[in-house]
Amino acid sequence: MIRGLLVAFSAVFMLVFTASAENENSYQFENEQQRATYRQLIKELRCPKCQNQNIADSNAPLAEDMRDRTYQMLKEGQSREAIIEFMVARYGDFVHYQPPFTTITSILWWGPLFIVIIGIGTAVGLTRKKKAAVELTQEERQRLEQLRKSGDE
Amino acid sequence: MTKFRWLILFGPLVLFAALVVFLLKGLGSDPTELDSALIDEPVPQFEASDLYDTEVLYDQSILQEGPVLMNVWATWCPTCRAEHEFLNELASRGVPIVGLNYKDDSRQKAVKWLNTLGDPYVINLFDPKGKIAFEFGVYGAPETYFIDHKGVIRYRHVGDVNQRNWSNKLQGIYQQLVEEAK
Repeated sequence: MIRGLLVAFSAVFMLVFTASAENENSYQFENEQQRATYRQLIKELRCPKCQNQNIADSNAPLAEDMRDRTYQMLKEGQSREAIIEFMVARYGDFVHYQPPFTTITSILWWGPLFIVIIGIGTAVGLTRKKKAAVELTQEERQRLEQLRKSGDE
Repeated sequence: MTKFRWLILFGPLVLFAALVVFLLKGLGSDPTELDSALIDEPVPQFEASDLYDTEVLYDQSILQEGPVLMNVWATWCPTCRAEHEFLNELASRGVPIVGLNYKDDSRQKAVKWLNTLGDPYVINLFDPKGKIAFEFGVYGAPETYFIDHKGVIRYRHVGDVNQRNWSNKLQGIYQQLVEEAK
């Protein structure tokens, strides 16, 4: 039983491994650093066709074209930034998994901070109000005095 | 003090209402329809051969004397088949459409398709590797680009063009480009 499971596991593992290696088989890199940059780029670039997949995971023909282009540009000696810029110019910010900091996206960073500040402000405001001393009028003070005296007796 | 009290009481309600409006807007939008990154940009440079005759070459200048539509299509794309008849009708009404045959199975197949179903295109570009389409940021077929008389991309429609979306939206966009060219 356990042996069967082990065999099944290793079979699945090997399938996954060969599938991911297959994507790179046709590509020849000049050095390990270039290969690393390539791997990082295809993880960071998003497939516009099958959304929510990066171009490393996607089997869409478009993702294949984008991997090809990434490889070609790396071979031409282009930098990581240049390749990202090239893709964004054609497919928009959507294509990069690290959105740039713009006026519209700034709400994603500042929004939560803003909400926390409101929360703290409200909490502080409410507790302060409770602590505030109660001012008694002349009449109330007299009445209090009376009650105290009557309590003593 | 009373002003502040009102703010505390109704501020959250206003924020909530704003959130509801924002989320309702998102509910009706199609996430697979992306805005083109090339809106208000000039058409990219390219060189392409004619679909019928690979000896004939074109470049981006054919799109710079608009207004003109550029339709991305292929024989493997069922939606392209669905919109083809309407494209024929648009062509007969005098709307100039340039066809970009995108990564088709074979040139013969594409030519056969146009011979049997009719050819609505003023020019047929052949893009077997999807190189030109890549420059335009095409991510599927069909897509239709609206290009003005200066050769600037003004709108991209994703999906089929039909009578309904043409009358509702696309015709207005095209007419505006025609007006601007006058």
